[in-house]
Amino acid sequence: MFDGIRKRVVCMWFPRLPSDRVLRARPVSGPFAITHKSNNTERIYCLNSPAERAGLTRGMSFADARAFCPDLISQPARPDLDAHFLAILRRWATRYCPWVGWDGADGLVLDVTGSTHLWGGEEAMCDDMRARAARAGLSVGLGLADTRGAAWAFAHYGGAGKTLEHLPVAALRINTQVVTGLQRLGLRTIGDLSTAARAPLARRFGPEMMLRLDQAMGRVPEPVTPEKEPPRFVNRMSLPEPIGLTEDVMGITERLLVPLCDKLNRFEMGARKLSLTLRRVDQSSREVELRLAAPMRDPHRILPLFERGVGEVDAGFGIDQIRLKATQVEPLAVQQIGSVQASPDRLADLITRIGTRIGLDNVQRYLPADSHIPARAFRIVPAAYTRPDSSWSTCRPRPLRLFPPEPIAGRGHTPPDRFRWRRMTLTTGRAIGPERIAPEWWLEGDTWRTGLRDYWKVDTREGRRLWLFYTPQNPSWCVEGEFA
Amino acid sequence: MQRQIRKLLKVYVLRMFSSMRVDLRNIFPLRPARVHEVCGPTAISFAAMAASGPCLWIREGWLGDTITPQGLLRYLDPTQLLLARPKDQIDALAVAEEALKDGVLPYVILEITRPLDLREGRRLQLAAKAGGTTGLCIIPEGMGSNATHTRWRATPSFDAAEEDSTLMRWEIIKNKSGTNGAWNVRWDQKARRVHVVSAVAE
Repeated sequence: MFDGIRKRVVCMWFPRLPSDRVLRARPVSGPFAITHKSNNTERIYCLNSPAERAGLTRGMSFADARAFCPDLISQPARPDLDAHFLAILRRWATRYCPWVGWDGADGLVLDVTGSTHLWGGEEAMCDDMRARAARAGLSVGLGLADTRGAAWAFAHYGGAGKTLEHLPVAALRINTQVVTGLQRLGLRTIGDLSTAARAPLARRFGPEMMLRLDQAMGRVPEPVTPEKEPPRFVNRMSLPEPIGLTEDVMGITERLLVPLCDKLNRFEMGARKLSLTLRRVDQSSREVELRLAAPMRDPHRILPLFERGVGEVDAGFGIDQIRLKATQVEPLAVQQIGSVQASPDRLADLITRIGTRIGLDNVQRYLPADSHIPARAFRIVPAAYTRPDSSWSTCRPRPLRLFPPEPIAGRGHTPPDRFRWRRMTLTTGRAIGPERIAPEWWLEGDTWRTGLRDYWKVDTREGRRLWLFYTPQNPSWCVEGEFA
Repeated sequence: MQRQIRKLLKVYVLRMFSSMRVDLRNIFPLRPARVHEVCGPTAISFAAMAASGPCLWIREGWLGDTITPQGLLRYLDPTQLLLARPKDQIDALAVAEEALKDGVLPYVILEITRPLDLREGRRLQLAAKAGGTTGLCIIPEGMGSNATHTRWRATPSFDAAEEDSTLMRWEIIKNKSGTNGAWNVRWDQKARRVHVVSAVAE
């Protein structure tokens, strides 16, 4: 039992993390290597054990490796995916104790003080770790000791029946130059080093090495820093039998959605984007993405929005795992329930429903913009990400409809008395103008290449009220809009 | 018995009224829970005048011209307007049906580019009835659907008297609950309503 004084630390080292990650998804029986491009050369980054038996080493150039071992299968390295995989392993390791931290790019460190008895003792716990790692296809080195440094040493250099004193000095997490220097002095093991005089060694190799030694020996404390776990809004359900009916899938989605929304409520968050992954029996998966017009966490409002996406999915031979994840969340404070009408919510629901059909960016609204050019005096923006702005104003009448300029025949700087536009002969009844608008030279655009424009509002005798312009720098007439 | 007589009397009175000349005030704020149609060169301003509240304007994404909020400002507050830009008419109809059924936005304006068949027109009617909303289809000339409640034609007319005029001729060319008619109207910006200038003989 835990006596409250002795600390126990486990270090897990995954020596072949990158290749194990790839081989878990796609096993290869022969030699396999992960390559990484550095200094303009493909070099070997990680190997599996058949490749190591074939005589390949890490850091070897890939061309040489291919020459040694022609049937070598390779894949480029993905350090980002490796880091993600290690993060998943870290989450998994919290099953042994709550205090789990990173240890470099390929290891974990667990402070198992006081939690080993839950697994039937230290040996049983290590056996369980080894068995589970082996079942997951991971090679792992385990070290269990009183200090973090010693656990690291056992994980990387440990063997059966060895004590810390028998391990080589490289097990102290010191750099290779120092290791070489110590070996030249004849100090090959940690035992040799700990019995040697401290002061000359510290003068020669710096305080770093002595600190590492003290940490391994337990004279200087070295804490394990557990990572802060961000709240994860994911739920998953594996099914004993594949399902295929839409209402079954919706039923499972509801069972996943309710706890997810409870969790969102607990953290005062609202989902903005949800993704439902339906894994089929044939291992492929279908994704249903739902983008919401406003952050939301009411299951009975979100669930109907999934119906359309789920209905479109081809279930194949059946779906056997469903995973629901809130991929984007936004803070959403708890609101007081009142007698006030909840109209903005209903509008947001409508926008989301329309958005699932035509895309959320295609539901838009007008916002005012500061420009004299009529086509730039407003912006059209997605409604889901903006608030309405009511600062609209016009000093001059503006047309209701704008279209790309359509040239008409005309001469002179006053509107023509008669002109043809869209196969209609029109007679000018009244012309109001000109209103001169200068181009915005600081913005790119082909439409204003012709220079200044003199705008005229022309009321025709036939009834149509048109917006004509004349370009004095490049004499021609065009129709650009129509008043109502 | 008495109830039946009252019902018959009501129908008779309604018929009598409908055989009379129809007044714009009785039909112009368009009847809610129905879908109407409008065609003609000023159909867009007719739609803007008809929508006097929060409104969804459905316009297919490929249409080249733009409706400007500055132009709309005279008839309708652009902050109350939502635009939907579906890629084709199937999506446009789906969006319109959804919005009409939902009833959050009391006005739904749909610009259509190909004629609706009876099924589509009827579905829109049913959706409008379910949501209690007013639907208005802006149609190209001659592309009306039989399911519509009323169909209007709005054409601008030249006003020799006033400079900044909105004089228009509105004709009702199909009316399921009355006769047809025609009016010369003008938008009164201060009162934000339509004034009939002088009745035109049919």
